[in-house]
Amino acid sequence: MEKAEEILRILEGNARLSTKEISDMIGIDEEKVKDVISRLEKEQIILKYKTLINWEKFGVEEVYAIIDVRVNLTREKGYDDIAKRIAKFPEVHAVRLVSGDYDFQVVVKGKSLKEISFFIAEKISTIPEVRDTVTHFVLRTYKEEGVLLFEDEEDRRLAIVP
Amino acid sequence: MKRIGGSQLSHRVNKKVKELKPSGIRRFFDLIIGREDVISLGVGEPDFAVPWRIREEMIYSLERGITSYTSNLGLPELREAVADYYTKFGVDVDQGNVLITTGVSEGFDIAMRSIINPGERVVIPEPAYVSYVPLSILAGGDVITIPTSPDFKLRYEDIVKVGEAKVLVINYPNNPTGVSYTKKELEEIADAVIEIDAIVISDEIYAELSYNFKHVSIASLNGMEDRTVILNGFSKSFAMTGLRVGYAIAPDDIFESMLKIHQYCMLCAPVTAQIGAIEALRNGDDELEEMRAEYLRRRNFFIKRIKEVFEVNTPDGAFYAFPCIENTGMSSEEFAEKLLFEKNVAVVPGTAFGECGRGYIRCAYAVSMDKLKEATDKIIDFVNSL
Repeated sequence: MEKAEEILRILEGNARLSTKEISDMIGIDEEKVKDVISRLEKEQIILKYKTLINWEKFGVEEVYAIIDVRVNLTREKGYDDIAKRIAKFPEVHAVRLVSGDYDFQVVVKGKSLKEISFFIAEKISTIPEVRDTVTHFVLRTYKEEGVLLFEDEEDRRLAIVP
Repeated sequence: MKRIGGSQLSHRVNKKVKELKPSGIRRFFDLIIGREDVISLGVGEPDFAVPWRIREEMIYSLERGITSYTSNLGLPELREAVADYYTKFGVDVDQGNVLITTGVSEGFDIAMRSIINPGERVVIPEPAYVSYVPLSILAGGDVITIPTSPDFKLRYEDIVKVGEAKVLVINYPNNPTGVSYTKKELEEIADAVIEIDAIVISDEIYAELSYNFKHVSIASLNGMEDRTVILNGFSKSFAMTGLRVGYAIAPDDIFESMLKIHQYCMLCAPVTAQIGAIEALRNGDDELEEMRAEYLRRRNFFIKRIKEVFEVNTPDGAFYAFPCIENTGMSSEEFAEKLLFEKNVAVVPGTAFGECGRGYIRCAYAVSMDKLKEATDKIIDFVNSL
């Protein structure tokens, strides 16, 4: 694997590893690791370092909704224009152009069902190119960003195995 | 109700078994039991669970009620998949020569019993996996060990010095040293094997966990195709340890003998495990590659750090490092015991793998990166405090 890719894979799994630890893991100088990371940051390949939090477990309720959005394209407004307009709302968590029955999958985050419903009614449905929307409220999340949000297997191995 | 036990029956126990040395690991295992929060680098099995797609396939087979015996040979689809798979290591295998076993341990046992007559010589390079010597003795072999310290490489001269022998056992990448062999090095070993006219039992269970060069089966070398029994399985590459499924690839006559013993003592490998193994070979490549990459990172990390206090060779494969701890002035057992009592970190004394492991410890890096970091810090602290 190319070193930059290897560093990205490692950071994708655990962004808190130090450059020294990464350098030990892949066998190149720490200075080189630092260079590669700062280049990747500058090129905006590394966009952000975040923490994946189980808010529900912490006791904070957050409401997510997935909205299927169908749009009418015009000469003036293509997918990119409409997507950018939707994406800029801070309530919008993710926007994806998808294949199938509708055009955009929009994930919206809010404090309550009401807040999200009003946001969609006022801000998304009223965009002239939006034909219609279907809203799915998220009831429970089982897996997020490749991480299971429920208790799973523990290490059951014996302490010493030949 | 009658209660079993209480009478002295040791005079009724088989003499050969009675004389076998107890496993060097056993005593150490007892020391750990009851201690809490031990970080163990003593575990010779993957810390990954069996990839879900394999588990799911096995669950589905149970739902459909597939729970009966299979053919003694194993499921035809699995034998075919194994034969195809082994071309990867340079050998052209006919599925007629593939026997599905209950792990490499059974494969080793029946291979040895198929080949050895009482008193015939079995050559085992040490340090070696703990079951080779006892199983060879039980098969009636006269065991000759070859010490390979300090670089733990078996060489032409070491083998020819022994003279004629019926069997040579090799295991690469090696448990406990992590040493493996390039094609060129294997050619040297093969020349020696032909010279002493031996059959090789080649335990290649760690083949997929090779980091420095591609694994080559010794059976692929000139003149070795009819002198080699290949043993391999799914325990290490697909983390299927407790499912007990492996295979032997052997030349016709030895194959027939092995099959005879296998059909009487084992009947067949567990059917659920065989079904999982088929899925592993058909669709397990991505998961395998992910695990391999992770082991490699851990190896690099561990070796880099542990070199601060010990001399150690960089392992070519498997998930073991075998550092020399002689600079501490302690014996392997003493070191392992003190490290456990003072730092709650478990390693295995090198002597568990033969006399020439004296002065070494085996550290398995099949633990999560976080635990590995913590354990490494603790070992380094411990040595620096001496």
